[in-house]
Amino acid sequence: MSPQILVDGLISGAMIGLGAIGVTLTYSILRFANFAHGEFISWGAYFAFAVSGLLGYLSGGLAAPIGPFSFGWSLPIAAVASVALTAGLALLVDAVLFRPLRSRRGAVIILVMASFGAALALRNLLEFIFTSRPDYYTTNLQIAMRLGGGMRATPDQLLCLGVAAVLALAVHLLLTRTAIGRSMRAVSENPQLSGIVGIDIRSVVRMVWILGAGLAAVAGIMTGLIVQIRPEMGLDLLLPLFAAAILGGIGSVPGAMIAGLIVGLAEALTVQVFGAEWRAAVAFVILVAILLLRPQGLFGRPE
Amino acid sequence: MILHLFSYGAFFTTVALTYAIICLGLNVQWGQTGLFNVGVAGFVGLGAYVSALLTTPHSAEHIGGFGLPILAGWLGAALAAGLATLCVGWLTLRLRADYLAIATFGFAVVVQLCLLNLQPITGGALGIAFIPRPFAASAHDPARFGALNLAVMAAVVLALYLALERLGRSPWGRVLRAIREDETAALALGKNATRFRLQAFAIGGAIMGLGGAAQGHFIGFIAPDNYLPMLTFQVWVMLIVGGSGNNRGAILGAIVVWGIWALSASAIAAVVPADQQARTASLQIVLIGVALCAILLLRPRGILGEVRIVSRHLLPGSRLRQRLPHADRR
Repeated sequence: MSPQILVDGLISGAMIGLGAIGVTLTYSILRFANFAHGEFISWGAYFAFAVSGLLGYLSGGLAAPIGPFSFGWSLPIAAVASVALTAGLALLVDAVLFRPLRSRRGAVIILVMASFGAALALRNLLEFIFTSRPDYYTTNLQIAMRLGGGMRATPDQLLCLGVAAVLALAVHLLLTRTAIGRSMRAVSENPQLSGIVGIDIRSVVRMVWILGAGLAAVAGIMTGLIVQIRPEMGLDLLLPLFAAAILGGIGSVPGAMIAGLIVGLAEALTVQVFGAEWRAAVAFVILVAILLLRPQGLFGRPE
Repeated sequence: MILHLFSYGAFFTTVALTYAIICLGLNVQWGQTGLFNVGVAGFVGLGAYVSALLTTPHSAEHIGGFGLPILAGWLGAALAAGLATLCVGWLTLRLRADYLAIATFGFAVVVQLCLLNLQPITGGALGIAFIPRPFAASAHDPARFGALNLAVMAAVVLALYLALERLGRSPWGRVLRAIREDETAALALGKNATRFRLQAFAIGGAIMGLGGAAQGHFIGFIAPDNYLPMLTFQVWVMLIVGGSGNNRGAILGAIVVWGIWALSASAIAAVVPADQQARTASLQIVLIGVALCAILLLRPRGILGEVRIVSRHLLPGSRLRQRLPHADRR
């Protein structure tokens, strides 16, 4: 067993964690398991791919690598655009699909089913536009740096870890220290009561989608940068996202991030011990274990 | 020419009826009990593989191949899928409603993974071929072969339909609907909601496994690619279009949606150039996905919809029956 699994696990875990924050927020505030969340990851990656490609085409200088990284300024600029576009996509899906279903006050499970249909439509739309061939932000090769202790990581990977840590901290502070964060937590506790005390539920719902989809877009761009961009990337991440959200405790942002890292490390360990083909089973095993032993998750409260 | 058309029609209808079996299974879970299963493909695939392993002749390429009769394969498939549903249900049914959805989704992912990677048992990505087909002795006469298979499949669907209708009207079926509509009231009457749900979930899963086995034997070949999330989605669309909660709706939906699916696929094959076909096929899925969302938004009852019956003493058309609320509450 090599210490390298620590690095690999933390990096893929950081992306799972960012995605799981969105899942846990939608689950606790809008109260349904959103099967379309994985598609925000794929769409985020492809939005950034399209924008950075366009920027690189317009000005060759933007595509030249910055310092030790493999990408040029076109990618960070495209990432910002992609976060905005993905948030817009999430708001659009909410406006045409989820909001009308919510206002009908039907069973929650109809929302889950609608998200399942939306996921298929969104994923195959990507496949139609970009085909199922994998794409890359950059074809530059990177040499991994020695970190000591037999571990290696590329500058790109370290940057992704850092960005993920900063974003998770920022979301945690937003939820605990700002007015909109307090409103979000209030709605997750009791939607009726928070409506009565004058909290604007609609702006809370908007914030949930913007945060969730924005973080998903970042996770997608990181996955695209470190691995590759494919229409199924979001589908492949969906089970790890759910496992992390439930393991961390529904509604807990630090929980989702920590659980994401745990799932990532477990995946890296499995790849080492059993081989890469069993990677996708890890999330299910974790899910089964947590449902058996502690259904409220690590940081959740029992119902 | 007419003979050719007839055997194509028989083939088409037989495949549609295998979907109708799976759809009837889903109707027990969702339509009657309100349990959301996102792993239909996993349970169907499990049934198909179990039956194939039980019935194929002994082979050097993979373990299994017991050469049992087809009927034993069908029973084994139903049993295995029923047991798997029982386990997944036991794990999640006492928790939040959408944990079941997540767990079944995970189950389907793991089944897909096992089918691909447990090469010594499942044959890996290439799947299992030469699964015994019913009435293989008359395969040299396509019309006779098609008609016999169609007759058997129709008989299975009819038997399932009658059994499920009877079950739905029995006290057991009434408890299920009571739990679905108002769990608190059902609990207050002393009904163990989790236990009834678990039973319905397992029965539905067993029927799905049977459907998978029937399909595998009719086609004669199975591979992991047949059991992707796409299959789950197709079966869901069939049930929602036909009308969930209605067994006739489940069968009708399977035939209608399979018809639209097969026709549009052959239209694409005829019109679109070969190199663009994979792309257009994904557009086909987009349209079906949008259609599912549109039905959920605009006509949640489907074509036939659920017939609301409180008791067989309240016949359709009687005064009491007309006073029942018809508003769709789900």
